[in-house]
Amino acid sequence: MKYWIGAGALFIAAVAAALSPVNEYFFYAGYVVLTFVVLSTAWNILGGYAGYVNFGTGAFFGLGSYSAVVLFKALGAPLAVQIVAAAAVGAALGFGVGMLTLRLRGIFFAIATVAILFIMETLMMNWRYVGGATGLQLLRPEVLAPFGSYTRMLFVVMALLAVLAVSVARWVQVSWIGRGLRAIRDSEEAAESAGVPTLRLKLFACTVSGALMGAAGAPMPMYLSFIEPASSFSLNWGVSALAMPMIGGTAHWIGPVIGALLLGSIQQIVTVTISNEINVLVVGVLLVLFVVLAPDGIVGLFKKVLGRK
Amino acid sequence: MIFSFDLLFEAVLFGILLGCFYAAVSIGLSVSFGLLDVPHVAHPAIMVLGSYCAYVVAGWGLDPILSGVVLMPVFFVLGVLIYRFYYETFERRGSEAGVRGLAFFFGLAFIIEVGLILAFGVDQRTVQAPYIGSSLALGEYRIPYRMLVAFGVALVLTAALTVYLSKTFTGRAIKAVAQDEPALRLMGANPVRIKQWAFGIATGVSVLAGAMLIIVGPVEPAMDRLYIGRTFCVVVLAGLGSMTGTLVAGLILGIAESLVLMFFGASWAPAVAFGLLLIVLGIRPQGLFGR
Repeated sequence: MKYWIGAGALFIAAVAAALSPVNEYFFYAGYVVLTFVVLSTAWNILGGYAGYVNFGTGAFFGLGSYSAVVLFKALGAPLAVQIVAAAAVGAALGFGVGMLTLRLRGIFFAIATVAILFIMETLMMNWRYVGGATGLQLLRPEVLAPFGSYTRMLFVVMALLAVLAVSVARWVQVSWIGRGLRAIRDSEEAAESAGVPTLRLKLFACTVSGALMGAAGAPMPMYLSFIEPASSFSLNWGVSALAMPMIGGTAHWIGPVIGALLLGSIQQIVTVTISNEINVLVVGVLLVLFVVLAPDGIVGLFKKVLGRK
Repeated sequence: MIFSFDLLFEAVLFGILLGCFYAAVSIGLSVSFGLLDVPHVAHPAIMVLGSYCAYVVAGWGLDPILSGVVLMPVFFVLGVLIYRFYYETFERRGSEAGVRGLAFFFGLAFIIEVGLILAFGVDQRTVQAPYIGSSLALGEYRIPYRMLVAFGVALVLTAALTVYLSKTFTGRAIKAVAQDEPALRLMGANPVRIKQWAFGIATGVSVLAGAMLIIVGPVEPAMDRLYIGRTFCVVVLAGLGSMTGTLVAGLILGIAESLVLMFFGASWAPAVAFGLLLIVLGIRPQGLFGR
């Protein structure tokens, strides 16, 4: 109950901020940070709970973006429909990736997700309808009533998706599904022989994770008024979505949120003041540092400090 | 799509040259991942780092291949250090190390890539040598000398490593560590020292592969991403740790990519390695010559 009051309060705060005269840039940057909250939370459902490392977050994210663009171009579908469709496509891809876990684990699974990412990118590069390698310029539709600008509206939409994603992750974590996934992470053979329906749980985790990543990608083309394959399917999405939960802590649903807020904000500040390359460097260095020095992330560090008292 | 047997022959010929080159860039990974089970996703990044080092040394007036050879000891030490660090932080702690080891190498790859961007910029770099730019005319076919040089070095490298692993004492020890580590420990040998030696060799070989990379074509920092697909495709298709398999798998990939390049266009070529990798992982994860 405490969680729902907190989540509701945060969401209402986001809506209130979007309606207030706060500087436009706040929403421009905030949107990206919230996207990372959704992506890292989604990544953690599979990577953190079940221990299957997905490098191909960009495949789900980009496919979500492209699904939205196709619907928008062909039918002029509204944003809500685009997001639902992108989630469905992401879920389908997630289910497919889940089937791979039948045979592949560890690095083999991780490399397979990279392969899927590049195959998706190549497909979109060769698809004329969505602009091929050069991409497609998009005209934003009229902004809906209470919001002053389209970016503000997208900020609220992404805030809603973030609350939804975190709630799902929290529910998975505390339910029997989360216990099953943790058992898979610790030892898949032991879990299987103890009667945990490993395949069903893995398929579930992959599908949910994929759906959330796809949904996160859907509003991106409208946010940029532009879409192109190289940045939509970039491996950079993968390293961020992996680094943020690792830095925040993978065991608890709050970990990816902390990691995404922290790293996402640093990235936004760095991008403004320095350059895009430093951005990736920050992620890489922090990832390696945390993986080596603080394997349980910020949440783990907190627990250690509290435990000592 | 225009088809003729002339084009087919040319594509296969080029594919064989390309395939040997792919085998050479993958052979380091074949040792580090195939034999030692290290989730070395940073292998292509280290290779590109090797390309840039060779570029710098070649800039002093040395031949690019020779630059690669000169740099091998440096990269050997680098490899030993990386393995030592990986072992102390992840491998020795066991259980949860899988996810974190993978994340470590993934992060390392990005750090190397961005480091190269910061040091050299995103522009493509090339080297100069007498054999770059001209080609051998064989009847109506033209074979670029740079491909022939890469082909030759690739064959020598693969052969040398095959002989080293099967004939020398240390080489056999490396194979032994891949087969049964506890048994090796019972024999009184120290598996960690053998592994760090092997990882050093794998990394040393990577710089030579990197030198070939910059001979075959221009190099840019983000190139390692494409080579994740190519190198892992070759190593997995070969069957982990098989040197002959690496050559065969390299040829399969080279010919496949060359055919797609010739008949479907360059925009489809990047998908070949990743597509083949996915098919192999889905159907036969143990590869052609699996152990």
